[in-house]
Amino acid sequence: MDWLKILENTASSLVGIDAAYFALAALGLNIQFGYTGLLNFGQAAFMACGAYGIGMTSQYFNVSMWYGIPIALAFVVILSLLVGIPTLRLRADYLAIVTIATAEIVRLFVRSVRFKRFFGGSDGINSFSTQFRELSPFNPSKQYGIRPFQYSGYTIWTLIVAWVLVCVFGIVVFYLMRSPWGRVLKAIREDEDAVRSLGKNVYSYKMQALVMGGVIGMFSGMVFALDRGSVQPDNYSRDVTFYVLTALVLGGVAKVSGSIVGPMIFWGLYVFSDNTLRELTKDGGISIFGVGILQKSQVGPVNYMLIGIGLMLLMTFRPQGIFGNRKEMALDGR
Amino acid sequence: MVADRVYTETAQRARAALAGVQSAPGVAKPDPILLADNVRKNFGGVVAVDVDHVEVQRGSITALIGPNGAGKTTLFNLLTGFDTPDAGEWRFDGRSLAKVVAHKTASMGMVRTFQLTKSLTKMSVIENMKLGATHQVGERWWNGLLPFRWKAQEKLIEQRADQLLQRFKLDHMRNEYAGTLSGGQRKLLEMSRALMTNPRLVMLDEPMAGVNPALKQSLNEHIRGLRDDGMTVLFVEHDMDMVHDVSDWVIVMAEGRIIAEGTPEAIAANPAVIEAYLGTHQGKSLLGEETQS
Repeated sequence: MDWLKILENTASSLVGIDAAYFALAALGLNIQFGYTGLLNFGQAAFMACGAYGIGMTSQYFNVSMWYGIPIALAFVVILSLLVGIPTLRLRADYLAIVTIATAEIVRLFVRSVRFKRFFGGSDGINSFSTQFRELSPFNPSKQYGIRPFQYSGYTIWTLIVAWVLVCVFGIVVFYLMRSPWGRVLKAIREDEDAVRSLGKNVYSYKMQALVMGGVIGMFSGMVFALDRGSVQPDNYSRDVTFYVLTALVLGGVAKVSGSIVGPMIFWGLYVFSDNTLRELTKDGGISIFGVGILQKSQVGPVNYMLIGIGLMLLMTFRPQGIFGNRKEMALDGR
Repeated sequence: MVADRVYTETAQRARAALAGVQSAPGVAKPDPILLADNVRKNFGGVVAVDVDHVEVQRGSITALIGPNGAGKTTLFNLLTGFDTPDAGEWRFDGRSLAKVVAHKTASMGMVRTFQLTKSLTKMSVIENMKLGATHQVGERWWNGLLPFRWKAQEKLIEQRADQLLQRFKLDHMRNEYAGTLSGGQRKLLEMSRALMTNPRLVMLDEPMAGVNPALKQSLNEHIRGLRDDGMTVLFVEHDMDMVHDVSDWVIVMAEGRIIAEGTPEAIAANPAVIEAYLGTHQGKSLLGEETQS
């Protein structure tokens, strides 16, 4: 067992790019789900909007990468309107069903052969990130930082951009939710008829929340695409949405700190348990009295099982998440 | 005590204005703030509401009573835009409301509460109150990040909210979660939150449901207070004592239609009303009790 390596990898994953793009996606989802009570199960689609927004600048439009932001914004608004107009008047559950379907439609749409010209089909899009790489003040062939936080020049550049975005949007969400606008959103989560009776256009506020959460999710998709240097349709499937949701619940819903720290801990736990299992099975599988219980090839699935058990324990013993408010939680059933 | 309160100046005025009005369903009033014509709503094959004509006198407290399933709450929903009728025309303060959506009626000065209290449980009492204020600059998202644009308004709103909380004796709960309030306190909170919209017409859907007798008295006072402040009150209620106590005019619904109107005294003695409540075959002794109260 190489405990040092396990702990180093865990520590590094706490602030890694996965945690950063999850945090962005969770911040957006928090506006929709945590504050407004909109069950958006299609955050992956909004992330895809961001990724394909910048991807298409090189694949189809042949323009500077920076046009990716307005293109992606347009995608997000169009998608929000398409999803929101028919469903936001309905009860929350309908939105959940529609968004989960939408995310799948978006994924299948962009990976289709017919639209390969625009979206690159199932191969996705590569080579759109040169401009971003050129902006980097770091030397890509050098290692920066001190162990365990040591990264190559390109990774550290992406990491800095990603965490700056997390901070900026974290502050934005924090202040928005303390404003009267945020108050209306929280009230909608509690009881939208009451809000309507007090003269607020609930429908419009829900749409604003959907778009704003989508825009932050879009930046998450961009960060992810820039880090990988490619856009793959299958990176935006259902599991991404649910992992983000899990990370958000882990941190505590309706809390900015929860949506940032939640993903960090989610990835920390994931890497820790993955690395530990790999170390354990390094020299063949584990067996007790000759009965094999864990093979090297089973580490991936077993890791997800352990994470699942961990989350179930968390929900049982700390249902409000790490930063959630227990008092608020207790008011639920009344 | 009741006798003293009933004859306050505003009560006298409201009663005097309605004195000459005939006790008949759909009768015209001297100065109606709300009037509805041919409002109809069917749920499947059931006629929930079928009101030919009704008027609510400005500055009065009007009670809307009727047995369960009479269509009182449905009529409330229709008038406030929470439900759309199959047919009909209704006007508030001279403006037609037929195509007006629910959230617009509040800014026009017509606010309602709900039968099942809708306090926003995970928000504090003061936040509940501040939500009620209309035309808030900070409720536009682009202003959310610019506190200097809404801080001044927020301060005024908070002052007004605190005054109302004091009036409704909720000031000691100011910073508690609304979910920790008792049932009666939630009724008070909902009513005072509705007042934050500066309404001219307050529509209360069963303000007394689930409220203990001691609090009922003070709720009565509060409702009278609304009229003293120049507001018109229309409320749905089952508690006949309360109806008798506070209302200047009573409208009776049964099976979706308005079957009687009149002063509380006239209604208590109206055989059609008693019949609607108790059915034709009920004993005469009950009828006697009803008229005494």
